Amino acid sequence: MTDRASIIAVLSALVIAAGGAAPGIAGQMPQPAGEAPIILAQATGPSAANTFNRLMKRPSSEPNIQPSKDGIHDPANPGTDLLQWPSEAFADFPKTNDGNRVDWVKTLSAGLIRPWTELDDPEAEPFVMDLTIVRQVKGSMPNVVYPHLQHTEWLDCTNCHDEIFIPEKGANQISMAGILLGQKCGICHGKVAFPISDCRRCHSQPKTAEELRRLSEKSSWAK
Amino acid sequence: MRAKKHRPLTLGILGILLVALSVGTWFATSDDAAAEYADVIINNYSDDAAMRPVIFPHWFHRIRFRCKVCHADLGFEFKAGGNDINMLKIFDGEYCGACHNSQIAWGVENCVLCHSGKPNQKTGVHNSTADRLVAPVGK
Repeated sequence: MTDRASIIAVLSALVIAAGGAAPGIAGQMPQPAGEAPIILAQATGPSAANTFNRLMKRPSSEPNIQPSKDGIHDPANPGTDLLQWPSEAFADFPKTNDGNRVDWVKTLSAGLIRPWTELDDPEAEPFVMDLTIVRQVKGSMPNVVYPHLQHTEWLDCTNCHDEIFIPEKGANQISMAGILLGQKCGICHGKVAFPISDCRRCHSQPKTAEELRRLSEKSSWAK
Repeated sequence: MRAKKHRPLTLGILGILLVALSVGTWFATSDDAAAEYADVIINNYSDDAAMRPVIFPHWFHRIRFRCKVCHADLGFEFKAGGNDINMLKIFDGEYCGACHNSQIAWGVENCVLCHSGKPNQKTGVHNSTADRLVAPVGK
């Protein structure tokens, strides 16, 4: 009987410890089923105000983690541990804060990787085009500078033209809302190419003083 | 007396259940957020065929091939799950089979290197900007 009582005491302590450590009990954002919830605050610490999850980080957001711990590979699969780790592959690559945490354009231009262009000729060079397009965007956001050069280093003309972009000035309606939903630039950017959170990599040409003056004349906020 | 005798046992079972639940919650919440940007889970047919879903790592492939090779020359659409890939096509050299033929990359007999995902995952591209938003869009 005493043994049983001590087992229960140990179990209760375990329940309290596990319950206290479980993130599920802290404030959570409503999430669609099957997705990791974002924990807004931990129950421990000085107060909920101080421990608010201000970066909106999800648990285990450690970058470039090995496949067996990345949440999508099955650690029980005999092949999982044979796969290359991203952290090993990326060790020498120039870093960014988003996506794979790799600046792929710099990695390629620095010659750190030599991806094939043709399957039947590993030495073939890509067909590149050095033509830069500047898009005047709405509002005070810096204009978008689109370099064909970096894109043709990776892609073929037919990947974009004419299905996604009509090669004609003013013929393409592009919006950030659409991009976020995976249209136009968002077919790659935000999924494979650098993410949409990296605003200034596209919005890189500041508006001229004249453009800004005309904007403020139009704006009802400035009056 | 009888009820009292069983109480500790009931509490014990309840305790074990609570521990299991807490640990379960912990694992559930620490899932999938760490996967590499642009990893694609392809589960068009795998679950139904009792195979683990395929995980396609874009990062691994773009180190070795320009986008153009797969997306222009091999005909892969820019859409997760939008390519009707099956093993027969791969054996015949289409899609993944253009390289995964023991000539350029490992051959089809190494099932578990590609079919390496946890079962029952939805087809889709991983860690996209839209997925990482605190408030989801377009769903």
